[in-house]
Amino acid sequence: MSAPLPPIGMLAELTHRCPLQCPYCSNPVELLKANRELDTETWLYLFRQAADLGVLQVHLSGGEPTLRRDLEQLIAGLAGRGVYTNLITAGVGIAEGRIEAFAEAGLDHLQLSFQGARAETTDRIGHNRGAHEKKLETARRTVAAGLPLTINAPIHRHNIEQVPEFIKLALSLGAERLEIANIQYGGWALLNRDALMPDREAVMRQAEIVEAASAKLAGVLNIDFVTPDYFAIYPKPCMGGWARDAFMVAPDGTVLPCHAAHTIPSLTFERFGEKSLGEIWEDSPAFNAFRGTDWMQEPCRSCERCEIDWGGCRCQAMAIAGDAAATDPACIKSPHHARMAAFVAEAQAAAAAHDASADFHYRRITAGHEAAKVKA
Amino acid sequence: MMIERQRAIVSGQSVPRLPRHVRIQFDPVRQAHAVLSPEKVFWPNEASLDILKLCDGRRTVDEITEDLARDYDASPQEMAGDVAAFLQEWADKLLVRL
Repeated sequence: MSAPLPPIGMLAELTHRCPLQCPYCSNPVELLKANRELDTETWLYLFRQAADLGVLQVHLSGGEPTLRRDLEQLIAGLAGRGVYTNLITAGVGIAEGRIEAFAEAGLDHLQLSFQGARAETTDRIGHNRGAHEKKLETARRTVAAGLPLTINAPIHRHNIEQVPEFIKLALSLGAERLEIANIQYGGWALLNRDALMPDREAVMRQAEIVEAASAKLAGVLNIDFVTPDYFAIYPKPCMGGWARDAFMVAPDGTVLPCHAAHTIPSLTFERFGEKSLGEIWEDSPAFNAFRGTDWMQEPCRSCERCEIDWGGCRCQAMAIAGDAAATDPACIKSPHHARMAAFVAEAQAAAAAHDASADFHYRRITAGHEAAKVKA
Repeated sequence: MMIERQRAIVSGQSVPRLPRHVRIQFDPVRQAHAVLSPEKVFWPNEASLDILKLCDGRRTVDEITEDLARDYDASPQEMAGDVAAFLQEWADKLLVRL
């Protein structure tokens, strides 16, 4: 295989600590405590290597990245190298003056999550009373600081009917982008799938609403629609292709092709410090495992879409087909495709029967292991 | 706080500029100009880049078209349609302000 092209984007999960406990969090089920986090100097060193390597955009995420007291310094380090910085925050408990300080340090853009368009939904899903009000305040302060704002709405059964309200909320807050992001069922969301999966009618209504609103609001609000895999015909090009132009770094410096890659047991991942970012990007067996198309089996191998969707999500193939090199079961050509609809039906049945599996396992640093055991 | 915004429609008198959160940057690694925006990186071709570089918040679309026509040895009438269509598309994506 020829040397890979340089990466464009990097997701930096600065911490796993978070004031919210959303049951679909994209962090691993086994979360890291604060004492495992990289220190300021190491992050700054990593960011310099990322810039040298060709990274143009860094998404500062978590957990809740603003819990890092050195966030201003980290932003300034990236801005100093001309790297575009995007802060992905829950917007709860950000101290007075800090958003202005982020802007001053060179932050380019802020993405703020809303778990619901209504206060009671936001507070319940995040398991944090008063969170919604605090988020509204964060949005106001972001716009007042002159920063461009994206509202991120993770969508599932409990808020899918609020999509029109999310659109109104984004407009009322002065956001220019809105992400209607149907949640991805990996990690915590997989544990909570029966409690979160919407039904087909709601998904179809949602798609129509988003399509109509996108057309009507051209030039006013950009709506990014992340469609739900379980109702799809073809998979999404997950991460734009495995190790193709982006990667992520966990709070302890582990470098992964995507945030769920650790769910693939055959792979081992390297940590920054033991190796440079460049060495990991080019030579890591985990990065090379599913790069390009050589690893593909049928039906991907001979499929005319293989360089459109790159086989879809490796982690979803692992979770549902039991083989990380299989076709993503979201694809209609996958022999496991029918299982997606069966899981949807199972979730609806559990919800209708008020089955305990339709209750949330909230994301907690200590709870993941227990919840995983219960589910198994 | 309700912010009323409307879609901007490009005209010869529009004065386009890039918003603060969209920037053109030369990437030394790839030896190419990138347009950086929230969540997306664009690699504009030479013609697009020439238009974007003139979106400085001072020149009107008519002036930009005249400048480009000189550089491309074409008539402004020939170029006007393409320039307007390009700017409308980028304005609709909120990557250019009119």
